[in-house]
Amino acid sequence: MKRLLLSVALLAGPAAAAEPHPDATRVLSLGGSITEIVYALGEEGRLVGRDMTSSFPPEAQALPDVGYVRQLSPEGVLSVKPDLILAEDGAGPPETVEVLKNAGIAYESIASDWSDTGIRDKIDAVATALGVPEKGQALADKIAQEFSTAETRAKSVTEPRKVMFIMSLQGGRIMASGRQTSANGIIHLAGAQNAFYEFEGYKTVTDEAVLAANPDVILMMDRNAPQANKAANGTDDHAALREQVLAMPAIAATPAGKNGAFVQMDGLFLLGFGPRTGQAALALHDAVYGTE
Amino acid sequence: MVAISTGRMVRIEGDRSARARGLAVLLVGLLIAVSLASLGWGATDTSLSGVLRDLLSGRPISQQDSIVMLQIRLPRLVTGILVGAALAMSGAIMQGLFRNPLADPGLVGVSAGASLGAVAAIVLGGALPASMAAVFGWYLTPVAAFVGSWLCTILLYRIATRRGRTSVATMLLAGIALAAMIGAVTGIIIYKANDAQLRDLTFWGLGSLGGASWPKVTAAAPVILLALLAGPWLARGLNGLALGEAAAAHVGIRVQRVKNAAILTVAGAVGASVAISGGIGFVGIVVPHLLRLVSGPDHRWLLVNSGLLGASLLLLADMISRSVVAPAELPIGIITAVIGGPFFMWVLLRNRGVLDL
Repeated sequence: MKRLLLSVALLAGPAAAAEPHPDATRVLSLGGSITEIVYALGEEGRLVGRDMTSSFPPEAQALPDVGYVRQLSPEGVLSVKPDLILAEDGAGPPETVEVLKNAGIAYESIASDWSDTGIRDKIDAVATALGVPEKGQALADKIAQEFSTAETRAKSVTEPRKVMFIMSLQGGRIMASGRQTSANGIIHLAGAQNAFYEFEGYKTVTDEAVLAANPDVILMMDRNAPQANKAANGTDDHAALREQVLAMPAIAATPAGKNGAFVQMDGLFLLGFGPRTGQAALALHDAVYGTE
Repeated sequence: MVAISTGRMVRIEGDRSARARGLAVLLVGLLIAVSLASLGWGATDTSLSGVLRDLLSGRPISQQDSIVMLQIRLPRLVTGILVGAALAMSGAIMQGLFRNPLADPGLVGVSAGASLGAVAAIVLGGALPASMAAVFGWYLTPVAAFVGSWLCTILLYRIATRRGRTSVATMLLAGIALAAMIGAVTGIIIYKANDAQLRDLTFWGLGSLGGASWPKVTAAAPVILLALLAGPWLARGLNGLALGEAAAAHVGIRVQRVKNAAILTVAGAVGASVAISGGIGFVGIVVPHLLRLVSGPDHRWLLVNSGLLGASLLLLADMISRSVVAPAELPIGIITAVIGGPFFMWVLLRNRGVLDL
């Protein structure tokens, strides 16, 4: 899919920067990190709707939800009467996007990339589209500052630690992160190594693979909802989860198990790749290397 | 099971064709009513009466109204009618051909082949060379689903046909084996998928009329329309087949031709439907059963009535799918299963004596 998007982009020439729409007063935000950026820019008053993944900040959840970002209903989107749509790339289906563009609604597709420059580009694109480039510059500067602090700290690491991100523990099976994930991205920004590079995405791994990967730290996310935590990990309680994970036979024998190195962080904060990611990288770095 | 149900379906309790004819008129009325409701109903405040009033008084129609009507609701309505009719009529044809009340179009390999095509397109489509990706563009998934369903049907047909005779029993059993093999391949591809692709796959499997657009309609409509028009011609042959193949041949029915035509019709109708709207379950089973209970098993009316009721039912399900969580929408496969499952159960329980399976 990545390659397809890339090749389409190449055919279309260099990706055009967002057009400014300073007069847009009814903005629909499609994508959790885009919504977060709109709030961080202080432009939330112009929002009239959001997609299913836009759950931070909590106030955003009061906005009408137009559904899953890749399965949008054209009439549902039209019904919130937007005059500007800010969509993460991959929003669709393409037929819906076509209809919306035909309806004369300004549509800005915003690229995502799980890196620090990717976030700054995203902020720049959202701020430009909303016609508030100065605010965007200020936010990007602040975040660049946080990133450079995180980077300095990450560079000070002489022996990088291996972090195993566990997505879920359904039925006691470990689903861990490989390459090409937001978890992999944040682990790198924090100056650590991902325990698994052999595969892409999130996959179930065997106990032996965990032993072979030999992680120094176990990282999990807090889903901010008791039911979601129970569904993914079997418990909503941090202490109980920690004990249970570290006692798993595969993990107990690794350095993480021996040293009790278990970190649990808010999922959106950790993996959202939005304006808070610089802070998240710092927080993860501190949690992994134990520096306060 | 086949033999017993044959006996049941053949037993004609008096002539119910008058009743079936009356029902057909009623169903045409229902379809028109549901179509108008479907055009007038949606998340935006565009209403059918408003647009008609503008039209009649010669006022210009607002851009929003014209987009909502012409580019959103109308292609969706046409897709709903075509797909609903195709699924229900195909279900009736399959049940007649296999002389089995549980038969559905899946038995000729259409569904398994279509899902393999769709899964492959969604997950592996990105690996195609850019020139090929550019040719199919957004339509890679529907095209792959259609090709997959046809390849699978042809394969099953070849397996089940020996010396010019197709054994429906072999086709049924080979269909199960092929579905298992395809399930394994699909499983491997799904294992390779990333999170976004997995969500796409899940939604595809639940079906939706949401992506309806004129290009899709014009691509699928000729195939589906041809099948819908051809379907009723099978009625006499299917009625004869209900007697059993040998008896049917004795009363002058060219059994092999009926089989070929039935398989071709179903593969075309369902393959094209699944390609443009994903997997929508239950319509093909519930609709023909319901009609058989009301107006008997005579295929001369059953096929046409199934098409009419299937179209209305799918439009109703679509109206629910786009209103319960508006402005978002619920996949339509969930609605057809939620309505179809319990309703089917109720019909079975009420008619335990009549429908002794």
